[in-house]
Amino acid sequence: MSTTGARVLLHTLLLGAAAIALFPLLWMLSVSFMAGGEASAFPPPLLPGHGTLANYRQLFGQQNIGRYLTNSLWLAAMTTLLSLLFNSLAGYAFAKLRFRGREPILKVLLAALVIPSQVAMLPLFLMMKWLGLVNTYAAVVVPAMAGIFGVFLVRQYALTIPDELLEAARIDGASEARIFVSIVLPALRPILVTLGVFTFLGSWNDFMWPLIVLTDQDLYTLPIALAQLSREHVPDNELMMAGAVLTVLPVLVLFLSLQRYYIRGILMGSVKG
Amino acid sequence: MKVGHAAWAFATPALLVIGVFFFVPVLAALIVSLTDFDLYALADIRNLRFVGLDNYWHLLHTPDFWRAVANTGYFVAVGVPLSLAASLASALLVNSRLTYFTAFFRTVFFAPVVTTLVAVAVVWRYLLHTRYGLLNYALAHIGIHPINWLGDPHWALPAIIVFAVWKNFGYNMVIFVAALQSIPADLYEAARLDGASLWQEFGRITLPMLRPTLLLVSILTVAGYFQLFAEPYVMTQGGPLQSTVSVLYFMYEEGFKWWNLGSASAVAFLLFLMILAVTALQLRLTRDAETS
Repeated sequence: MSTTGARVLLHTLLLGAAAIALFPLLWMLSVSFMAGGEASAFPPPLLPGHGTLANYRQLFGQQNIGRYLTNSLWLAAMTTLLSLLFNSLAGYAFAKLRFRGREPILKVLLAALVIPSQVAMLPLFLMMKWLGLVNTYAAVVVPAMAGIFGVFLVRQYALTIPDELLEAARIDGASEARIFVSIVLPALRPILVTLGVFTFLGSWNDFMWPLIVLTDQDLYTLPIALAQLSREHVPDNELMMAGAVLTVLPVLVLFLSLQRYYIRGILMGSVKG
Repeated sequence: MKVGHAAWAFATPALLVIGVFFFVPVLAALIVSLTDFDLYALADIRNLRFVGLDNYWHLLHTPDFWRAVANTGYFVAVGVPLSLAASLASALLVNSRLTYFTAFFRTVFFAPVVTTLVAVAVVWRYLLHTRYGLLNYALAHIGIHPINWLGDPHWALPAIIVFAVWKNFGYNMVIFVAALQSIPADLYEAARLDGASLWQEFGRITLPMLRPTLLLVSILTVAGYFQLFAEPYVMTQGGPLQSTVSVLYFMYEEGFKWWNLGSASAVAFLLFLMILAVTALQLRLTRDAETS
């Protein structure tokens, strides 16, 4: 086959695959601007006859979706900030500070990565109930403040910080806290962005745990609210699509703007040294 | 000495969180799975009784549990190979030296991965709608009668598999692309000088060089697919006729609908054991393939 022929075939396949990947998302956007009932027709329309914001108005008006949007944002932001702090402290300590028990603890943590998080879920619920935290944001944020994956991600990167840099600061009499803030944190910046994006997206998209522990409607996150809405309003396709757009758009924008960092996280996570 | 103190101060907060909110619950789950923890025990802990392996024994004699295991097994056995094939194929296309706009295609293929599962599941439920869904509309053009994708016990799980592959293939694609780029270019040059076809290049160079990545990716993907939950929760609510109840969905209903927390904990452990067993099998098969 000639190079040109190969190129045409290759790009035909690529464009076909791209169409499959994007079509559901584009159609979701299109239907979200349709009038009520317009999408329940045959053949299904591709574009709205007269674009309308009625679905979005109804979501913000009657369905209180602004509240869920705020809940999701607040939970994801809190989780991200706290987990960045906890994981970076621990990741740096495991990479660069010698202390007794370091190696055995690392081994235990690494082995525990194989345990699916759902195994812990039922007793965690009982624990939250016992602590009186069911139906509070703390029930979602607190268990997510640190994670084995996050600690390892930071540790992996922190190993590349030159020891001489830290020693020089110690000789100058800097305290460990000082060294962490003025040398380590700046050096970790790229990996912290990676971990931050990961945590934010993970928290935003999380479903099972918030579903279990947040039963008060005022506390729902967007995915929970959308799932409940879709169980109640099955025929309201246009409304559902608008809800889906509001849920997906923020994370898609975040990913597009920080894509490089996110992809590095996947590669580091899958190539454990 | 001072460094040692600081190290502990730095590591303790994270270790405490992981210990208290992960390790303790995992151990507690093991204990709870050996008790008859239910609504009565939830009201008053004195109603709790130790029952040994009864929960496990009962589950193994519950047809609905086996149904969930079979459904999950089907989802893993069909979904993982399809997913890996889609990831590898798209990685090869994206990574070809003839491809223009590599970054654009990579981003487009990755977009479904970052979307919120619940939201896109709602979108797909609509795409798969018997009467207004675009999929049936498209199929009608090639003479296929409308299929009730999510309402027919034979089609519901396959439909969810297609959705899951669409949602996930971009993730492993990124890993494959990185692995493909690390294969030395002179291997291909030498093959080309020897007159190897594209297909031979793939079979003799690409695939063997990708083997470690393939193993890792398939282990991670199997573990992920075993944890099927939100898709059936949103798209089919386990139905029709239990055909999309997964092990986790079963655990969720057992635990948080019927409040049989003892039995639900046993389900969680059995799921963990299943994942471990399949992972061990994958490692074993790979090692056998390498030695033979």
